[in-house]
Amino acid sequence: MLTERPVTPSTLGVKDLPWQIEWDKDLCTQCGRCTSVCPVNAIELGVFRKREIKTPAGLRTKAENEYSIFYGIRQKTDPAYACIGCSMCNTVCPNNAIGPKRDDGSNTLKFHNDRGGQPRTRGGRRNSGESLLDQIKFMRISMLTDPALDAGRHEFRLNTLLGRVQSPEESLKTYAEQGWKPPVREIYPMIIGGMSFGALSPNMWEGLQMGVAYLNEEMNMPVRISTGEGGCPPRLLRSKFLKYVILQIASGYFGWDEIIHAIPEMKVDPCAIEIKYGQGAKPGDGGLLMWYKVNKLIAAIRGVPERVSLPSPPTHQTQYSIEESVAKMIQSMSMAWGFRVPVYPKISASSTSLAVLNNLTRNPYAAGLAIDGEDGGTGAAYNVSMNHMGHPIASNLRDCYNALVTTGKQNELPLIAGGGIGKSGNLAANAAALIMLGASAVQVGKYVMQAGAGCLGSEKDRCNVCNIGVCPKGITSQDPRLYRRLDPEKVAERVVDFYLSFDTEIKKIIAPLGRSSALPVGMSDALGISDRAAADRLGIKYVV
Amino acid sequence: MCRLFALTSRDPISPMRAINALNVMKEGHDGSGVGLCLRGLGGRFEEEFKGCPILSGIFTESGLRRLEQYTMDHGFKSQYSILYTPEVEPPAGTPVRGTYAAISYKVPKGWKQLSEAQQGQKLLQMRLELKKMGEEDGDIMVFSFWPDTIVVKEVGDPLEIGEYLQLDANKNIYARRILAQGRQNTNYAINLYACHPFFIEGVASMTNGENTAFIPIKEYLQSRDVLGYSGYQSDSEVFTHIAHFATKRLGLDIRAYKHIITPLSDLELEDHPDREFLATIKKSCRKLVIDGPNCVIGTLDDGSMFMVQDRKKLRPGIVGGKDGIYGFSSEVCGLDAAIPDRDRSKDFQPMHLDTVIVGPDCKEISTCSQKDQLPRQL
Repeated sequence: MLTERPVTPSTLGVKDLPWQIEWDKDLCTQCGRCTSVCPVNAIELGVFRKREIKTPAGLRTKAENEYSIFYGIRQKTDPAYACIGCSMCNTVCPNNAIGPKRDDGSNTLKFHNDRGGQPRTRGGRRNSGESLLDQIKFMRISMLTDPALDAGRHEFRLNTLLGRVQSPEESLKTYAEQGWKPPVREIYPMIIGGMSFGALSPNMWEGLQMGVAYLNEEMNMPVRISTGEGGCPPRLLRSKFLKYVILQIASGYFGWDEIIHAIPEMKVDPCAIEIKYGQGAKPGDGGLLMWYKVNKLIAAIRGVPERVSLPSPPTHQTQYSIEESVAKMIQSMSMAWGFRVPVYPKISASSTSLAVLNNLTRNPYAAGLAIDGEDGGTGAAYNVSMNHMGHPIASNLRDCYNALVTTGKQNELPLIAGGGIGKSGNLAANAAALIMLGASAVQVGKYVMQAGAGCLGSEKDRCNVCNIGVCPKGITSQDPRLYRRLDPEKVAERVVDFYLSFDTEIKKIIAPLGRSSALPVGMSDALGISDRAAADRLGIKYVV
Repeated sequence: MCRLFALTSRDPISPMRAINALNVMKEGHDGSGVGLCLRGLGGRFEEEFKGCPILSGIFTESGLRRLEQYTMDHGFKSQYSILYTPEVEPPAGTPVRGTYAAISYKVPKGWKQLSEAQQGQKLLQMRLELKKMGEEDGDIMVFSFWPDTIVVKEVGDPLEIGEYLQLDANKNIYARRILAQGRQNTNYAINLYACHPFFIEGVASMTNGENTAFIPIKEYLQSRDVLGYSGYQSDSEVFTHIAHFATKRLGLDIRAYKHIITPLSDLELEDHPDREFLATIKKSCRKLVIDGPNCVIGTLDDGSMFMVQDRKKLRPGIVGGKDGIYGFSSEVCGLDAAIPDRDRSKDFQPMHLDTVIVGPDCKEISTCSQKDQLPRQL
């Protein structure tokens, strides 16, 4: 460092950054791919001057300085350009000469990424590797008292119901009187959770839609996908594939002008309408699409001007009470489709979830409740919301299921759980645990990006730049130069792959439990955990 | 695997006939409990006290006194009792309990003005209260309180228990429909209330195998707000309550029972003549779907007897007999022992879609596949 260089409070060294670039001079071919691919310009071409002191033998000749210059890679230490650890430099390097390395002890950056008084915003999810769901074991294994089933041979019924299911007595009355019965969809119990057109690139969206269509049409798996808050492309709205789509409406109502106008031209009804009141990653906060991503296409679909940030309000502004918010909105949305489409709210897991649930159980039009736990992901949010706000999904879901059991409505109002499912890659095990705690279905988002498109984000704060549109994989970018990296066909293939493998793994879990005829919703006797307090809280067995 | 044997006969027969059949099926340890449900009683219960509620259970001396006080308080007067207090040593593994009783009561004034449903609720309420009274001191155990019904339960080998209780001796407990179960499990802590058959308001059933979907089903039944959907010391009690729920609460025919516990697949429903009805109950009764492995044998108030299997048909089960008597057995050797002189070619082993029913006339076996059209239900 030169002596005249000012040392400001935010002057950092490479060691102060969580990710440090390791570069091997001998292997580097100086092709420049790494610097051009880096999404945050954390590295640049470096011109390094090197002094070597030549000390000859003997005393007659004095030592001399020899100066040389070499070219290489320099890591920037300005907090605005800190390496995010995405490792794209390594991915493109022909010689494996470069790559980031994480130093968990270096946290100085945390104190300096609020330049201009702007707290850090990012994408991803809570930066914590802990997962209660991973600790849950399935331990009621059928042995000799009842035969374990064969996951490969028996007939399995994994589908679940989305919609208000009438009680046996009511349903028979409706049948006898040929009355109106609430719409109920039979769907696959893992839903692709709301990731908006806008948050995701067009290629990612197309890939997901193609994958979902393939699973439905070719594999006979009724998989459904939520649009998230950002509308729906006009052609999809007018296609027969709309029946695989759950249209989400949230507090910004983005895209709903287009949707409402498309209703008369819709060939089929959508699977359902999801009213988003909250999401697990940033409870109490509205959706956010930062200006970087609001290009012409996104602006047109959402019905907004280009290049403005689109923060949705934290709540639906036209409503002022839970009755108003929930009952009237459900009623209005139901009415828009002639009471043929299930309408359900999605909320962040919170200690107030039970109040919402109790309200819904008394509303005959409420088709379910989606609850999103603290480990849910998001395309953009304040770091503080993501890391510190929210409620774990397991106990929140369990409380809600138990409340339904108390009122005898556990078959009538399906609970959809989300937030952190497959966080450490254990998708089927996490989903099965939540189903046995009482979820009728689960929804996953982050896992879909990771498995379906190679999202690099992790809970070690890797990448997590979904918010600024520079996704190095082209998943959450609106820049064609980036999203052309993502082949929609390949995304579709990966979606089919991970759904099929999930399907097999779920069978490998429930078959040994002796279950195949129905999804084991609420089969809590199968679960155990080696944490006494968690066992008590969830009402499952304590096993050591 | 627990052994099940049931007989339905035009004329009353000795319960020992069913117990002997259980004995033939015996393999290995078999002392975990035996249960009997006797309906269509002959003898004095039929001739003199037809239609009067009969309380069956086991009582200590003080329990009997408390029982008498309780029933008198409710206006019920005992009019005929079979009280049996064994004087010999019980078989190994069977505790000395006291008096095994079946008491017929004269109903209180005003009883006839109550509707049948109200009468049923009252009897059920009293049975549950008596059960609760006995739970404190263990001096009262009641298994049924219903007209024309006696339920016996005890721990031990079925044949030894049958002889110990001299079930053959008293012709007044000969019955037209007998359900018998030999509990062959590995539990040591045995609760008598966990012994099959289970009985609620005229519906009785027994099951073998484990019920892997027990917890969700139990929670669902308990939340129905139906008197008597409680207990569940055995995971098989839910089968009885589902049959009760289907027939009494929903008013469905017993042929719909199978559609509730093991609904057809969507593909099978597609061209079913009752698809709309079946799709309705498949959704609304989803929490009552069982997963087996189970063979269920039961009897209803109308005198019919039925057998169904789980969807995967993981347990054996056979029905056979001749004009006047039919046997329902979890294994064929039991049926051979009880009714050897039948036409075996007419035996029927229900598969994953079948319900077998023998009516009270005991004339023939009628079978119903889930793919068949149901009688009009509503």
